[in-house]
Amino acid sequence: MTSMRDDSYDAVMARRNEIMKNAVGIDYEKFIIEGIAFDYEKMMKEVGYSIDEVREIQAETCVGNTPLVELKNINRLIKKLAAKGKGARIFLKDEAANPSGSFKDRRAAVSVYRAKKMGYKGVIAATSGNYGAAVASQAAKRGLKCIIVQECYDSHWRGQPEILEKGRACEAYGAEVVQLTVGPELFYYTLLLLEQTGYFNASLYSPYAIAGIETLGYEIAHQMTELTGRYPDAVIVTHAGGGLITGTARGLKKAGGTETKIIGASVDLRGLHMASDEAFNKKYFTTGHTGFGIPFAVFPDRSDVPKNAARPLRYMDRYVLVAQGEVFYVTEMLAQLEGLQRGPAGNTSLTAAIALALEMDEDQTIVVNETEYTGAGKLPSAQLTFAKQMGMVVKRGDPIKEDIPGKVIAIPQHPSQIGVIEFPVSDMKKSYLKELIKRENRDEFNDNEMEFLQEDLNATKEEIEKWISEVRGE
Amino acid sequence: MSTNLAKRGDWVQVQLNVLSPEERSPYLPEDTKKVPLQMRVKGFLVDEIASLGATVRIKTTTDRIISGILIDINPKYTHNFGEPVPELINAGVELRKLMEEIDRCDGPEGDGK
Repeated sequence: MTSMRDDSYDAVMARRNEIMKNAVGIDYEKFIIEGIAFDYEKMMKEVGYSIDEVREIQAETCVGNTPLVELKNINRLIKKLAAKGKGARIFLKDEAANPSGSFKDRRAAVSVYRAKKMGYKGVIAATSGNYGAAVASQAAKRGLKCIIVQECYDSHWRGQPEILEKGRACEAYGAEVVQLTVGPELFYYTLLLLEQTGYFNASLYSPYAIAGIETLGYEIAHQMTELTGRYPDAVIVTHAGGGLITGTARGLKKAGGTETKIIGASVDLRGLHMASDEAFNKKYFTTGHTGFGIPFAVFPDRSDVPKNAARPLRYMDRYVLVAQGEVFYVTEMLAQLEGLQRGPAGNTSLTAAIALALEMDEDQTIVVNETEYTGAGKLPSAQLTFAKQMGMVVKRGDPIKEDIPGKVIAIPQHPSQIGVIEFPVSDMKKSYLKELIKRENRDEFNDNEMEFLQEDLNATKEEIEKWISEVRGE
Repeated sequence: MSTNLAKRGDWVQVQLNVLSPEERSPYLPEDTKKVPLQMRVKGFLVDEIASLGATVRIKTTTDRIISGILIDINPKYTHNFGEPVPELINAGVELRKLMEEIDRCDGPEGDGK
């Protein structure tokens, strides 16, 4: 059968809105208020599901209700290192207990439920992360076909071990796994697949996916209240595309935890170009890093849906970066001191939590909101062996001072070296405006648009006007 | 892989070019611009018989028919647990020692606070 369609890059990208509309079944137009302004809460309310509905959907496929545990040995170690009166207690939400081994099951559960309900025969997701296995697992349970599209290899067919493992997991659930070489045209090929198959786009960024994560924040609020008698002082969230922080914060607030600080943490890979064939295998964390964290915060609608439901700047109170070497070290610490062998990527937020616990008061609490499964390809030993093969220097040293993304990975010599690099949230808010002004080719926004910006940036009108005038002056 | 020949119904892997360098997105760094966008996918061989390197058709688990170069028959997973990493092994030992010291000071359950 030959297709009369033009499947060239330009032609498919020109059809993107139509393809996406058919593949998500959401008419995003109806939420547009004017210009750049759209009604986010209306979209979440009309398209998403309530917490109770999501909990029911997730219970059907064994998703959620994961344990929350105090890391008592690590907390004793922190108390030893902390100044008098400091050393907050860390609690860990063991999301690895979900069916495919990560919090991504929460997202996939609602998306795949929705796809089934709307009569789609299959689901497609473009992801090099744990989300692939989550969608494949949920599709298996609901009897739908599944295609996962991964960015997996460099041009020499050197595969990122972590992504190869995720591909294996998808195949274990019966999914077709399309493995591509480096490039943003992953999105082009996904659109082509959506058009050819008529399957549902189980986007990471739909209102369904984000509603699925709200139960995580909701459970944290309830479990912490039960364990400690109050809401946590801070929740630390590994930040990539912004969904985890958005969903967790929304769920927490819905459960009454409005005072809890929401802190994002990403692995520092600044300086490595995300679309570079050469830099691709110089990264030993494949998602929760600055290459996703910063661009998705400053322009959420770069995603595969017209309006991204993951809008991290609405919720993020603070943003910190950690180095690759300290995350591997903390992964070793979690295994050796707490008896929990979990994937390194999920421990990005735990690493930040240890550094922040030292500066917080001893009567305060921190929740690390995820863990993920581990195994071949994912383990620190697998990633560091690969890093050495790719010419990285792996050494013991100060992880913050000696780390150079793409060159040096420094494993701490002592837990007191675990630290963070502050990345001011206000810098990202200003970058958001700078990119917006560039895309729109204008720096004047009407009242509706200004109101939207205040919500989307969680900022006052005065702050926004100040940042805009600073951008003008550059 | 014991043979270079695959027969109809065998589980195989193919490789193909999705976009040649000139067909790719205009927004790419220089190194990526020079190389094609390629893909690998697995499925069941549709052709009667084929040898490695031949252009074949496969049927994927979603029943898509894809044409590409046969690169593997019964492809195995090659990612692994990696080699022992001395830097980490030592870190683990040190952390356990630190905890033993804390135990000696506070007692094994700590001071319960």
